[in-house]
Amino acid sequence: METGARPAFGSASNPAPRDATSSNGKMLEVQDLRVHFRTMDGTVKAVDGVSFDIAPGSSIGIVGESGSGKSVTSLSIMRLIDPPGWIAGGRILFRGKDLTKYSEREMQHIRGDDISMVFQEPMSALNPVYTVGDQVAEVIRVHRDVTRREAMNRTVELFKTVGIPVPERRVRDYPHNLSGGMRQRVMIAMALANEPDLLILDEPTTALDVTIQAQILELVKDLRRDVNTAVLLITHDLGVVAEMSEDVVVMYGGKVMEQATVEQIIKDPKHPYTKGLLASMPSLGMRNQRLNVIAGAVPNPLNMPTGCPFAPRCPYAMDVCATMPELKTLDDGRKVFCWLY
Amino acid sequence: MIDPQHNQQAVLSEELPTPIAGPSAVANRFLTSDNEVTLVQLGQGQLIFRRFRKHRLAMAGAVTLLLLTLMGIFAPLISPEDSLNWNYLASNVPPRLTYPGASDWRYIMGSDANGHSLLMWVTYGARVSLAVGLISAALTMIIAIIVGGTAGYFGGWIDAVVMRITDVFLTLPFLPLLILLSFYISKGSMWLIVLIFGVLSWPGAARLVRGYYLTFRQQEFTEAARAVGVSDTRIIFRHILPNAMSPVIVATTLAVAGFIGAEAAIDFLGVGIKPPTVSWGLSLANSQTYFGEGNWWWALFPGLFLLITTLSINFLGDGLRDALDVRSRR
Repeated sequence: METGARPAFGSASNPAPRDATSSNGKMLEVQDLRVHFRTMDGTVKAVDGVSFDIAPGSSIGIVGESGSGKSVTSLSIMRLIDPPGWIAGGRILFRGKDLTKYSEREMQHIRGDDISMVFQEPMSALNPVYTVGDQVAEVIRVHRDVTRREAMNRTVELFKTVGIPVPERRVRDYPHNLSGGMRQRVMIAMALANEPDLLILDEPTTALDVTIQAQILELVKDLRRDVNTAVLLITHDLGVVAEMSEDVVVMYGGKVMEQATVEQIIKDPKHPYTKGLLASMPSLGMRNQRLNVIAGAVPNPLNMPTGCPFAPRCPYAMDVCATMPELKTLDDGRKVFCWLY
Repeated sequence: MIDPQHNQQAVLSEELPTPIAGPSAVANRFLTSDNEVTLVQLGQGQLIFRRFRKHRLAMAGAVTLLLLTLMGIFAPLISPEDSLNWNYLASNVPPRLTYPGASDWRYIMGSDANGHSLLMWVTYGARVSLAVGLISAALTMIIAIIVGGTAGYFGGWIDAVVMRITDVFLTLPFLPLLILLSFYISKGSMWLIVLIFGVLSWPGAARLVRGYYLTFRQQEFTEAARAVGVSDTRIIFRHILPNAMSPVIVATTLAVAGFIGAEAAIDFLGVGIKPPTVSWGLSLANSQTYFGEGNWWWALFPGLFLLITTLSINFLGDGLRDALDVRSRR
């Protein structure tokens, strides 16, 4: 695909530039976020004291296995946690203002305008009874005072930007007319419709086959260059993060284990969990070998170990691991939560 | 029969085979001059109509209903007399074979003990039956969508409260309550009868609607709509309702038949429509006094039209269910 042929994004109607940052240069700061779910058997602390921040235009990935709290973290930023779940503590500062204090109505203005999200399943995230063009145009019309025709023109332009061929025709298609990859492009077009400051991608390629995955990731990379939006990528695939992000947050059991640049994580992981993750990845040239695994299983979310959640599976576990380690910032700037350092 | 939810269960349980559609049902093919095959896409409405047309019984039902409606609308043209002008001397005339425009046309279905022709009863009676059926069903569904949609979408304590109220309504004995309310409140007014039907019948339909909303609110497209800042009201009515529309339309259609039957029933029991307004149920009620004397045509014709109407509506509902089902596409 010729990326150079694409029209510059948002050339038609660029609203007045918004101040995307708070005073300290961070656009989004998640501070000690706690999200709990009430279940029949007790309270599950799905996210338990997570902190990280995102600078404008930067790219950060959250990696973790199922149940690590990565998706819940992203949904919290959108304030899309439904009962029986709730945000039990912490702050989510967006441009210096705490989103957890916003009313539902105020959040509706933020969602789809300042912060957008692309979901995992492009099959089911589009409404089957409306054309894809109508659905993207609606997002524009919800947030901008434009006519139906203007919104539709903008939609055609967006479709062109995300590499959908013959966009004038495709806007009149229903979701079932499009392939998975095309639908995910539509979802990305929808997410970018109002030029958000932050784009959250929640496992955007999990439901797609490998070649399409590569295309979509390539598209997101290109778009990020053109649009200058910050990207928060949620995935369980270290390879995807390595490809896409500058910084990585590794999560386990609802807590942050390690935060560093992609290079640091790949070349020299510090936290035992990150080491285990990297060691378990198959590499080219591996033949007739068993894959490395991290011994043990993910702890029961109802019965998390006190202290470090990884301790029961950790080869370096010590007595002191029964209390959660404090944040340790190493000389090279990376952040680790581990008693080893 | 009366409870729309009841009808819906029948709809959900039996699956009619979907009509097999060739490629022409999806797209028309045209060969353009440069030998290029172009697919012309059909709109949703066209697709639905194509599927509906394949359903013969439903088409027959639709045509019959259209004819019945026209009969009601043009009753003054079809029947030479109305309920206030009649020949009281020509009582108990048996039905005879005749043709429109003939001098004895009005007695094609015979006449009753008062000299009212059954042709008058049937044609003018269609007005009340169809109007009560249609308006009551529409009213029921509007209430059901608002109540059931809100409860199903928001869930939690709103759902719990609304559904407990619904449960209470569902425990009320329908027919005795209907008779009481009709007797004390409606006093023969068609509009009040419609209102009573609506108020008594929404709970079943609301449960049905709530069920669909419960499913659709779990769907990712609902969450996706929330994630782009769409308001709850807009999601309830613009995003989820069109998806839940097929079962609602089918339930509404079948409810029409139920309400026509219920209206005839309360007329028959003497607490419904009052003369000089005429209805099929009223005609049936009058016929029973003389039924033993061999005046079979009194009961036959209004009863027959009730049967045809109800049957047509049920066929129509069946066909609509198949045609509206998005999953049977292709």
